[in-house]
Amino acid sequence: MTTDNKNFVVEGKLADNERLKTESNFLRGTIAENLTDDLTGAFVGDNFQLIRFHGMYQQDDRDIRAERAKQKLEPLQNVMLRARLPGGIISTDQWLAIDKFAEEKSIYGSIRLTTRQTFQFHGVLKPNVKPMHQMLNSIGMDSIATAGDVNRNVLCTSNPVESELHQEAYEWAKKISEHLLPKTRAYAEVWLDEEKAESTEEPILGPTYLPRKFKTTVTIPPQNDVDVHANDLNFVAIAENGKLIGFNVLVGGGLAMTHGDTSTYPRKADDFGFIGLEHTLAVAEAVITTQRDWGNRVNRKNAKTKYTLERVGTDNFKAEVEKRSGAKFAPSKPYEFTSRGDRIGWVEGIDGKHHLTLFIENGRILDYPGKTLKTGCAEIAKIHPGDMRMTANQNLIIAGVPAELKGKIEAIAREHGLISDDVSPQRKDSMACVSLPTCPLAMAEAERYLPDAVTQIEGFLAKHGLPEESIIYRVTGCPNGCGRAMLAEVGLVGKGPGKYNFHLGGNREGTRIPRMYKENIGEQEIMAELDSLIGRWAKERNESEAFGDFLIRAEVIKPVVNSAKDFHDDSFVPA
Amino acid sequence: MGLTAGLTEAQWSQINQATSALNAQQLTWLSGYLAGLAQTGQPAVAMPQATATPSQSLTILYGSQTGNAKAVAEEYKAKLDEAGLPAKLYNMADYKAKQLKSESHVVMVVSTHGEGDAPDDAVEFHSFVGGKKAPKLPDLQYSVIGLGDSSYEFFCQTAKDFDEGLAKLGASRMLDRVDCDVDYDADVQAWAEKLTAKLKDSLSTGTQTSVATAVSAAVSGGTKYTKKAPFTATLLESQKITGRDSVKDIRHIEISLEDSGIQYRPGDALGVWFTNDTQLVDELLGLLSIAGDSQVKWSGDDYEIKTLLTDKLELTQSYPTFAKAYAEFANNADLNALLEDKAALREFLSVRQIVDIVRQYPAKVTAQQFVDSLRSITPRLYSIASSQDEVEDEVHLTVALVEFEAHGEQHQGGASSFLSTRLNEGGEVKVFVEHNDNFRLPEDGNTPVIMIGPGTGIAPFRAFMQQREADESEGKNWLFFGNPNYTQDFLYQTEWQRFVKEGVVDKVTLAFSRDQEQKIYVQHRMLEQGAELYQWLEDGAHLYVCGDATRMAKDVQDALVQIVVQHGGKTEEQAEQYINDLRRAKRYQKDVY
Repeated sequence: MTTDNKNFVVEGKLADNERLKTESNFLRGTIAENLTDDLTGAFVGDNFQLIRFHGMYQQDDRDIRAERAKQKLEPLQNVMLRARLPGGIISTDQWLAIDKFAEEKSIYGSIRLTTRQTFQFHGVLKPNVKPMHQMLNSIGMDSIATAGDVNRNVLCTSNPVESELHQEAYEWAKKISEHLLPKTRAYAEVWLDEEKAESTEEPILGPTYLPRKFKTTVTIPPQNDVDVHANDLNFVAIAENGKLIGFNVLVGGGLAMTHGDTSTYPRKADDFGFIGLEHTLAVAEAVITTQRDWGNRVNRKNAKTKYTLERVGTDNFKAEVEKRSGAKFAPSKPYEFTSRGDRIGWVEGIDGKHHLTLFIENGRILDYPGKTLKTGCAEIAKIHPGDMRMTANQNLIIAGVPAELKGKIEAIAREHGLISDDVSPQRKDSMACVSLPTCPLAMAEAERYLPDAVTQIEGFLAKHGLPEESIIYRVTGCPNGCGRAMLAEVGLVGKGPGKYNFHLGGNREGTRIPRMYKENIGEQEIMAELDSLIGRWAKERNESEAFGDFLIRAEVIKPVVNSAKDFHDDSFVPA
Repeated sequence: MGLTAGLTEAQWSQINQATSALNAQQLTWLSGYLAGLAQTGQPAVAMPQATATPSQSLTILYGSQTGNAKAVAEEYKAKLDEAGLPAKLYNMADYKAKQLKSESHVVMVVSTHGEGDAPDDAVEFHSFVGGKKAPKLPDLQYSVIGLGDSSYEFFCQTAKDFDEGLAKLGASRMLDRVDCDVDYDADVQAWAEKLTAKLKDSLSTGTQTSVATAVSAAVSGGTKYTKKAPFTATLLESQKITGRDSVKDIRHIEISLEDSGIQYRPGDALGVWFTNDTQLVDELLGLLSIAGDSQVKWSGDDYEIKTLLTDKLELTQSYPTFAKAYAEFANNADLNALLEDKAALREFLSVRQIVDIVRQYPAKVTAQQFVDSLRSITPRLYSIASSQDEVEDEVHLTVALVEFEAHGEQHQGGASSFLSTRLNEGGEVKVFVEHNDNFRLPEDGNTPVIMIGPGTGIAPFRAFMQQREADESEGKNWLFFGNPNYTQDFLYQTEWQRFVKEGVVDKVTLAFSRDQEQKIYVQHRMLEQGAELYQWLEDGAHLYVCGDATRMAKDVQDALVQIVVQHGGKTEEQAEQYINDLRRAKRYQKDVY
């Protein structure tokens, strides 16, 4: 079999985003000019897309779009910023700075923890955008490449217990992030007023960057909090005697799809094999450049790495990576994923430090009436000598608390509603993306719907005698899948206002994709189905059998085995 | 010509011969002599045509900001015509000040604005009369009538200045000056009757003034609808155009003029008659313990007081005449003391509606007494925000709902709350057009235009741009706009975006005062862009200011002076002259309120 690059390049008229990247002068576009145009609060034309490469999305308050049109006002244009924070670790000083900015300069006043293990500011008006980047820069942060056709924020399993292993893994996450970052000076020029570079080279990403977004993780089994199968490239940490020796490399996961387009589907990552630590950056670079060269630049819907693997064959892709990196994949080392959730509450690390994981519903850190989460986090940050860590489950870890401060920090957390003893297992295992009103892609509610939906499911569990059980339940507002519903036991994918595609049959470990059970149905119908299915589960389940596994065994739904072939196969869905 | 018919060619020839060598003074004397001969019945040759003489001229001068003074002047000229006393009519801006010493009878109609300011078209003439270059005027007889608003401290100040100025120059009053308040119709009528009688005595009807063409003879609009006889129009739409979090409630109002034949031009204002809020009327009557169905007489007719208060009488503004009349019934020492201190009274009245005064100073007053203490509602004028070339038989307004809390109660402006909240779509509203020739687009479509219109001051500029777009004018257009918050208060944002996209508007400069710690207003933006703004002026741009008179218009004026000093390399005095020249050339026009 040949690995001649040319055979694997999709011919045809390039997607418009390719033109846009080509003409952008390495992501500069006319963003700087657009910044001074105060006739609109929006970034317009190509800049609408280009600012994504700088970590921002153009959004507006969709709840009041029609109202403002009548008022002869443009939509309430603002940007969402997603910070680059490999592994989710942030210092307390940085925390206090972002807390202040969110409070004073964003419409929603919140810090939103996200499934990309970082935070987002929502509702930043154009005049505040440049000051925002300068603020981030002043605290040693940026938002380069957290969106757009690039390698985005690199995740790293939050494992404060095995502190040394985590430290090593985290260092790799940072190194990979830096290595794969765009080299263009556009960000520094536009936002930080740095001198214009005379020339730009992008040796890894190339002048037109990647065909599509690209997501990378460093994962420490047995935790799969980062959801490897939602990512293009995963370095699964293999340790011996608590020491990191190398990675199993998993390539080609991804959950995004397009409603009504059966050429799109969620797909699990393939295991390429094991590499030693010395090859880590070379392999990362080789996977990226292979996808850069072979990825589909004609049809963006089929541009992600998962489709490239399906099209060129996993073996060919892997061989090319070996050729480009000079590394050989050894057989994978054994590892096991046992859970994805965070261990809420206190744990003690092997270094003797204490770590407090706070459950943050929806990841939204904001002062609610009687639940001043944001103030609480800031109060903790003021006295906490360690760091803070965002998890891929949208929770927050107060990491490295000395024993003598445990009581004080817990007291603050309780005072502000950050610790609440009555949070059910079900609530902890539920997740939603941001969706309405800010996300322009959202088709249905997610974050705002989740709390009530969870309360209903809690009711069903209690009613059927399973109050301590939980179901991995995820809601995502559109099929792009930020809420990772395609790796849930029960996954809802927004289809229209109040309507979702209802998926069942994923597993707790996040290694099985749930299949669509019913298409485009309302919330009430979904809840009625869940009530009845939970009732059956309670009666018919085997010892400790999880909900998703039960549904497969009971043949309520057939498992997705090879999503490229069977995800859209209607014959798998019972009539 | 009838008068010349009696002369033979030979007689004409003789007269011409006899007069050809005479100078102007001799001719003047001779005309009087000949007139005298005619009156005493002595055989003499008749004048071929009456000519203006210093002893026998009648000129009406007006200075008008919103068109009211102009209308009064025009109406009075028509009355004089009817009475056989033809007069020359001039806008003060168009009148040659040096001509004054040749006049025998002058009537002045002039309004006052803001802090005692003269209207734009009267500024120069006003300073001439009060200045060192003014000539002695021992032969001049005059009468001044002022229009103003007695709730302002410097009520009718411009009229006072003219009145006193002319007296100082030796001229003599035919009548005492009349200072008219907001509802001026009755005062104007009484003054007009008295003055006409005086003039009849003073001016011999036999020596008519020359039939010089009145400068401003434009027929107003060609419509039969007027302030006194308004058109009953229909409200099409009342749409709030500030965002939900705005500190302001500003409405875009669309009114149908269908079948009225009303024509207006960008720059004109729409007069809107309104009725009072019945809740306010009920509250007032409750406070006074007056039954709503009490019968009262008003203007010769019988009314139920509730109807009268709702439909006819001014309740949402308060005024000295009310305070004075009401004080007699209230019999309160504090209120009586206020009447003695004009500044304090004005301050007091400016933050109170009639109901506040009644609440604060209860009084025993009969329905008739109360009604007699009030003045009639006057229509409110709104700058028109549309061009008929765009909206045809509609007229659009931009109305800020006046709403404030004071003295523990919520208050609303009379007309703005009528238009914004009480009038339903499809409801009737009585309107008329007030033409304003002092606020007009340049005749040449190629002339650049600078528009400074913060807040609802943006209204006429929406009309201007609709017009320029319809006319396909090539001239550049630059808008300065400001308001509290960008996301909430950018009035007509999507329309301005379209105007810019379509190339109608070249530049929009914005000042949102509350979006940053330091308040930024349009004048600050003007200064920032001073070089370019000066260049536009040098390129012949016309500059328009619309909006708040008390502060904005002054700040803008100061900024203009600074810009001309800084970028035109002029002294402050020269800069002021530069701006005066702009004003005289009608290149600097204001519509401020």
